[in-house]
Amino acid sequence: MARVPVHFTLNGQERAEFVESGVTLLHALRDTMDDTSPKAGCQQGTCGACSVIVDGELRLSCLTLAETCEGASIETAAGLATEGVLHPLQRAIVDGFAAQCGFCTPGMIMAAKTLLDHTPNPTREDVIEAISGNICRCTGYEPIIQAVLSAARSNSQKAG
Amino acid sequence: MSLAVQTYSSVRDASNAVKPDGIRYLGGGTLVVRAVNEGDLSITGYVRSTAPTLQTIDITDGRATIGASVTMAAILANAELAGLHPVAKAVGGPAVRNMATVGGNLFAPAPYGDFTVGLLAQDATVHSTDGDAPIEDFLAGRHDRGKRGIVKAVSLGVPSDGALRFLKISRVKPRGVSVVTIAAALALDDAGKVKSARVALGCMADRPIRAHAAEQALIGHKLVKEEIREAVAVVGEGTNPITDPVASAWYRSEVLPVHFSRLLLG
Repeated sequence: MARVPVHFTLNGQERAEFVESGVTLLHALRDTMDDTSPKAGCQQGTCGACSVIVDGELRLSCLTLAETCEGASIETAAGLATEGVLHPLQRAIVDGFAAQCGFCTPGMIMAAKTLLDHTPNPTREDVIEAISGNICRCTGYEPIIQAVLSAARSNSQKAG
Repeated sequence: MSLAVQTYSSVRDASNAVKPDGIRYLGGGTLVVRAVNEGDLSITGYVRSTAPTLQTIDITDGRATIGASVTMAAILANAELAGLHPVAKAVGGPAVRNMATVGGNLFAPAPYGDFTVGLLAQDATVHSTDGDAPIEDFLAGRHDRGKRGIVKAVSLGVPSDGALRFLKISRVKPRGVSVVTIAAALALDDAGKVKSARVALGCMADRPIRAHAAEQALIGHKLVKEEIREAVAVVGEGTNPITDPVASAWYRSEVLPVHFSRLLLG
């Protein structure tokens, strides 16, 4: 299969790589760009474990072709911590015991980050809707919902 | 599995490129890439178009023309399409709505394709590179690619907010796969009696279908329990529901009248 060039920004860093034509963004990130934070779950668009942010919008990297992201800005969970300090969402997930096996966590965090980027003070219903495309088989969701609300409160306090 | 991607700036060129067997048009990826990931070996390559017209929404004199690449999220972001918002919001979670397109939804097999149920009730027209067709005709032959070319847009009368009655029944909250989806565009006269009706059903066949018998039975009746009884009794006429892990065909047939009644009375 022919390899094609792709060029985009990944977590703030310019990346230019050759990938197989038609490869998904998920596999380009994991296999070529050493970012294994998006998880290969169902690869059917159902579980949300592969969720990333492309140009500010939540997308499923398992159903997005890398070639269609030319010039885009891509954010993954691997880029959230800065200089060893966890992002408030990551901190809230840890503090709230909102991860058990952890497989869904990177996708869940990206879904929550998209919400907080657009709606800094979400309601509980907003959070439920925001993570409605992400499946967690461990936690029963409640700790995750509380963690996202906690991160939002933490952000608000810092902003205030 | 990796497949070659051909990208065209012109819809016409993309339409020509998609003619060979095995080549599939790539919209948002939620159907075609999913099929490839699942191991569908009949797909041998992708064609896509970056034509801006595919991504525009034009609303003129109460009629909307929605490009085939317009996403559910873009529908939800357009205040003039508020009457379609409950329908667009029924499609997937936020990530899917950022990717799933109006054009792609026309091809979604049951239990998917909820947006198309709304389009069918709203009497949309499908505009393809090889001509235009009423949505009901389009759906009947939607896999005949040689006949219709690539879908460019759909057009429809814009329903006012709340005018298009819509109900999607899922077992998973807040978002889940449909057990049954119902849309009804009803016009009432001054006495509150139904003067025209288009009722569309999802999951009651392999693709969205109309409930013609129920439509006829509603004409001339008010939307009260006593007067909708016949329409509710015949709403399942002509259906051939799917069986999947969400529900059996029997179950779908049993619950359809219940939810149709609620839609009419709600």
